[in-house]
Amino acid sequence: MKLLELKNVTKRYGSLYALDKVSLGIEKGEWIAIMGPSGSGKSTMMNIISCMDKPTEGQVFFDGKDITKYSRRKLTEFHRDKIGLVFQQFHLINYLNAVENVMVAQYYHSMPDEKEALEALERVGLKDRAKHLPSQLSGGEQQRVCIARALINSPELILADEPTGNLDEANENIVLDLFRQLHKDGTSLIVVTHDPEVGEVAERVVRLEHGKIISDKKNSGFAE
Amino acid sequence: MNKKHRMFVRMVLASLIRRRSRMIVALLAVVVGATILSGLGLIYYDVPRQMSAQFRSYGANVIFTPSGDSYITDDEIKKAVSVFPSDKLEGYTPYRYENSKLNNLPVTLAGTDFSSVLKTSPYWHISGELPDGNGKTLVGKKLAEKFGFSTGDSFSMLNSFQVTDDTDLSVIPDYEIYTDPQTGEKYCDHMLDLSLSGILETGGPEEEYIYVTLDDLSALMRSDRGCDLAEVSVAAREEELKGYLDDINNGSGNLTAKPVKRVTASESTVLSKLESLVLIVTAVVLALTMICVATTMMAVIAERRREIGLRKALGALDSSIILEFLSEGLVLGAVGGITGSLLGYLFANTVSMNVFSSAITFRPLLIPVAIIVSVAVTGLACLIPIRSAVDVDPALVLKGE
Ligand SMILES: Nc1ncnc2c1ncn2[C@@H]1O[C@H](COP(=O)(O)OP(=O)(O)OP(=O)(O)O)[C@@H](O)[C@H]1O
Ligand SMILES: [Mg+2]
Repeated sequence: MKLLELKNVTKRYGSLYALDKVSLGIEKGEWIAIMGPSGSGKSTMMNIISCMDKPTEGQVFFDGKDITKYSRRKLTEFHRDKIGLVFQQFHLINYLNAVENVMVAQYYHSMPDEKEALEALERVGLKDRAKHLPSQLSGGEQQRVCIARALINSPELILADEPTGNLDEANENIVLDLFRQLHKDGTSLIVVTHDPEVGEVAERVVRLEHGKIISDKKNSGFAE
Repeated sequence: MNKKHRMFVRMVLASLIRRRSRMIVALLAVVVGATILSGLGLIYYDVPRQMSAQFRSYGANVIFTPSGDSYITDDEIKKAVSVFPSDKLEGYTPYRYENSKLNNLPVTLAGTDFSSVLKTSPYWHISGELPDGNGKTLVGKKLAEKFGFSTGDSFSMLNSFQVTDDTDLSVIPDYEIYTDPQTGEKYCDHMLDLSLSGILETGGPEEEYIYVTLDDLSALMRSDRGCDLAEVSVAAREEELKGYLDDINNGSGNLTAKPVKRVTASESTVLSKLESLVLIVTAVVLALTMICVATTMMAVIAERRREIGLRKALGALDSSIILEFLSEGLVLGAVGGITGSLLGYLFANTVSMNVFSSAITFRPLLIPVAIIVSVAVTGLACLIPIRSAVDVDPALVLKGE
């Protein structure tokens, strides 16, 4: 059974089809890049997968269950237990320091554990920045805190919308290395990007245009 | 406290401390509210006490008069005042009035107890000194002017009476007997030498009297017939006072006790007016505090919509969001309540010192009450803003808008 399956998903804004009968299956442990020009529906698709948005038509199955029919409460549980979100704008809580921001995810998931949270920060190379507030961190550092927060509860699926959009090349490489590691650990990854370099390192690349999938292929150069 | 609770406290405190510039307005509102309320509360509870003291200083609030045509004796007065608890009895002063003559002009002589007279008539303004014993006198201002008296002067009061064979002259220390040449009747002129200690100014009929001690008056009149009235000052409010007076009047005594209407009645009128004033001010202050806290919390929550959305996307239940924001509000209420109750005490004390020139009693109960009220008020004020926090849709917030 596929981890995630979109069946004829359509999202319409008035007469505009942000997604048009999209069907897509994702295996457990797969690393997928979703690419396409601006306005092609990448974020829309991501929001539907993460249940931040409901499709106009179609279904989304996670572990065989139709998550579009979930109640608010079930959705909350789904967010908490199954997925880790990496945002382009980081969305760190500005009055909590790095390690506390990671612990917030633990807090809602199960039990906060400062030691574990520090380990997660160490994984993203930020151990010595643990007590800094977001405003005292660079964009790249904030993005890494955001990633540490997304992976702290070992989610089955990490969803990242333009995770490198705000980063310079050095920071981008750090983030991509982290994705490689997560992939090696068996985490499924869906990464939205319009950056070809980020697309290249993924296992599989899905291209969108005008809300439709125009290509879906394994990356020939993918190094396991 | 497990790790989860610790993290909760850490988040709430971090939010309050690291975002203090935002919370300060709400905190200030709570502090000001709590200050005014606890200050008013303290004044409100202390004022009746202060006020009674103030009103008493405008004179006695009870008067004893003889029940029939007779007079009241010292023993009867003592028995009657024993009805009042000793800590409530401020003082009592007996008065005996006699007509006499000075330089052939009729004057009223009043015998009294100078040691307690200021307790029942504190408004007496005396130039010179209050007499401190027999042979000394206090003279009303008008009378002093009429006779051209000033302090330090001496004069004699004269009491003439017919002497018969039965007259006991041994009680009179200083007298002269002469015979009326026409009728052959014998008369005794009894003198009372007085030195003028002070001149009394009251703006009332007292300014026409000559005050002497009861002993001097008894000696001059050759009888200790008792008093005409006694003024009593009691530290009790109307209802309570009425109880005591009933006790006295229902007793077998020969005297009638009456409240002095003017003072006690106005006392309770002022107090009940004050009561409604305090209630109105309390309601207004509570409402203003709530409005201020509510608007601040609204702004805080609007500003933190993204954070709320994020928390929800991380799996926060509505109940956790409510708990977090409510706790922030409640901590604010508690801190504001403690600060406000202490400031309120200072405020009440300052007012009391200025208005009544006496310190206010600090009531320890004030602190918990102020905390509970502030917490309840902030909690209530947070309800609507928190509803809007619960309504935040994680999607809208996180989709990058
Ligand atoms: N809430 C909305 N209301 C109306 N139209 C919307 C809304 N959200 C998205 N759209 C439209 O849907 C289309 C797809 O938008 P989407 O955000 O998915 O694009 P994208 O591929 O993520 O683009 P970008 O690379 O610029 O982020 C766009 O034409 C956009 O204008
Ligand atoms: Mg987008």
